[in-house]
Amino acid sequence: MAKRIEATNVTAYYGGFKAIENISLTVEPKTVTALIGPSGCGKSTFLRSINRMHEVLPGARVEGSLTIDHQDIYDRDVDVTAVRRMIGMVFQRPNPFPTMSIFENVVAGLRLNGVKRRSILEEAAEKALRSANLWDEVKDRLGKPGAGLSGGQQQRLCIARTIAVEPQVVLMDEPCSALDPISTLAIEDLMFQLKDTFTIIIVTHNMQQAARVSDRTAFFSIEKTGDPGRLIEYDHTQKIFSNPSQKKTEDYITGRFG
Amino acid sequence: MTTTVTTHRPRPPARPVTLRARRLPAYAAPAVALGALLAAAGIVYGAGIGGPVLVVVLAALLYLVGLFVAANAVEGRRSARDRTWSALIHSAFVLAVLPLASVVWTLVSKGAERLDGNFFGTSMNNIGARDANGGAYHAIVGTLEQVGIATLITVPLGLLCAIYVVEYGRGRFAFTIRFFVDVMTGIPSIVSGLFVLAFWVLIVSPWFNDGRPSFSGFAAALALSVLMLPTVVRSTEEMLRLVPAPLREGAYALGVPKWKTILRVVLPTALPGIVTGVMLAVARAAGETAPVLLVAGGGAAINVNPFENNQSSLALFVYQQAGDASKYSPARAWTAALTLVALVLVLTIAAKLLARRNRLGR
Repeated sequence: MAKRIEATNVTAYYGGFKAIENISLTVEPKTVTALIGPSGCGKSTFLRSINRMHEVLPGARVEGSLTIDHQDIYDRDVDVTAVRRMIGMVFQRPNPFPTMSIFENVVAGLRLNGVKRRSILEEAAEKALRSANLWDEVKDRLGKPGAGLSGGQQQRLCIARTIAVEPQVVLMDEPCSALDPISTLAIEDLMFQLKDTFTIIIVTHNMQQAARVSDRTAFFSIEKTGDPGRLIEYDHTQKIFSNPSQKKTEDYITGRFG
Repeated sequence: MTTTVTTHRPRPPARPVTLRARRLPAYAAPAVALGALLAAAGIVYGAGIGGPVLVVVLAALLYLVGLFVAANAVEGRRSARDRTWSALIHSAFVLAVLPLASVVWTLVSKGAERLDGNFFGTSMNNIGARDANGGAYHAIVGTLEQVGIATLITVPLGLLCAIYVVEYGRGRFAFTIRFFVDVMTGIPSIVSGLFVLAFWVLIVSPWFNDGRPSFSGFAAALALSVLMLPTVVRSTEEMLRLVPAPLREGAYALGVPKWKTILRVVLPTALPGIVTGVMLAVARAAGETAPVLLVAGGGAAINVNPFENNQSSLALFVYQQAGDASKYSPARAWTAALTLVALVLVLTIAAKLLARRNRLGR
């Protein structure tokens, strides 16, 4: 099910500003890949270019090639919504739809894409909520508003919402940065389970988190403010954190940077 | 040998460390108010320069001064300023509410006289200057139809326009639209009436009417929708901009197409605000007299067909009755004005309840 993502010379712009330059890396199926690096180095930009969320902003564009199982997602004939259904995304701040109940939030992706059968929706909602470790906490109040949950529950609701559409790949943009340590742990546990089914790419500022959850780690950096972000090193997480081949990576990981 | 031992004595604190301060007693403010009132009454009636209104105004000023002096003497300058400003703000609130309360009271007290079944059940057809009865049935029908049709025209158009400007519009074209919507906000209602008179009544309506121009309630609805459109567009635009971008992105990331995101996520989130804006526009349209007079012509008889012949409206009815040479017409005008206000109030409350029903209970 899960798919391989290959990026070749990906360069992304915001209007005239080049945010990342010549990023090339391959993400293996059913692994967790962490993107780390200082603020403004283009991790999030790269992540958002993988499911074509980058171009949502006016003036933003991407060059280079990004393929998912050898299909170029930036091909002219590609349907953006199909790409995003295949590559789901969890955002930094939980963003449940405020007018929808917990149940409606989870099945929003299915329902808004035309699934109407109540039985199918209910089944999908329970499955997604169970996968997100949220079912037991919300099963008695599925009709209550999603915005009434705690921050950590909201984020798991958003994860449930993302995996309910059965994507191949799940992108996570600092999913724990707005959460307390206990909720963070819950979501990290969740990532371990989810990687049996999905390919996961996570942006994080928390290096312990990257070391804990990921199989591979990509380190991004910039020379100075205004320069485009570049991929410095990409390797097995163990190697990056114990014996990185680049000086810059070592400096960053040991805290001698920025 | 002498050794000098220097000891650092703690410096005395610049201010007393206690958290307590002298406060005016609770009865001080009412006492100052009472004193100000008595003093003002003494001055005004003693000098014989005015009536109770001047007493109240003077008392308010004396109260502000007295409160400042008293607080300054006991509590200090900062607290005196604080008390004076909060007293000023409260008086501003009272000043703002007074006219409103006065309007409501006048409407209710003067409008109650003709608040009977006859008023709501009959029209002004064949009612002469000496007839005490007569009613606004035709005007109520006219207002409901004209405002209803105008709302039906304006809301879809205004929503689509605002959605275009916020979600799709880029560059010069969207900017131009926004600019002209702003300009339209300032159009006097008589101008919109003249526009519809020249365009619809004189040019278009003869096509449906054997070559003769015809007044109609629909023409009034057109003129009202010209007035409503900018209000609806601007308020909807502001509400759509308030919907956080992460909500849109959340929907996009689920593979939901943009139009469906707008329809199912953005619009429901902004709905309560949009409804408020629409109701402001409806209230404004319901109170317009000039366009209705120009293009629907007014009329004394009941005409439920908005597409043919003259129609009246409540606002126009008020205008005509207020100027009519009959001792019974002012009472009709007041009752019609009360009806108009009540109608707008009921519509607004209904719309808000309807918009809230969609929201989930907290």
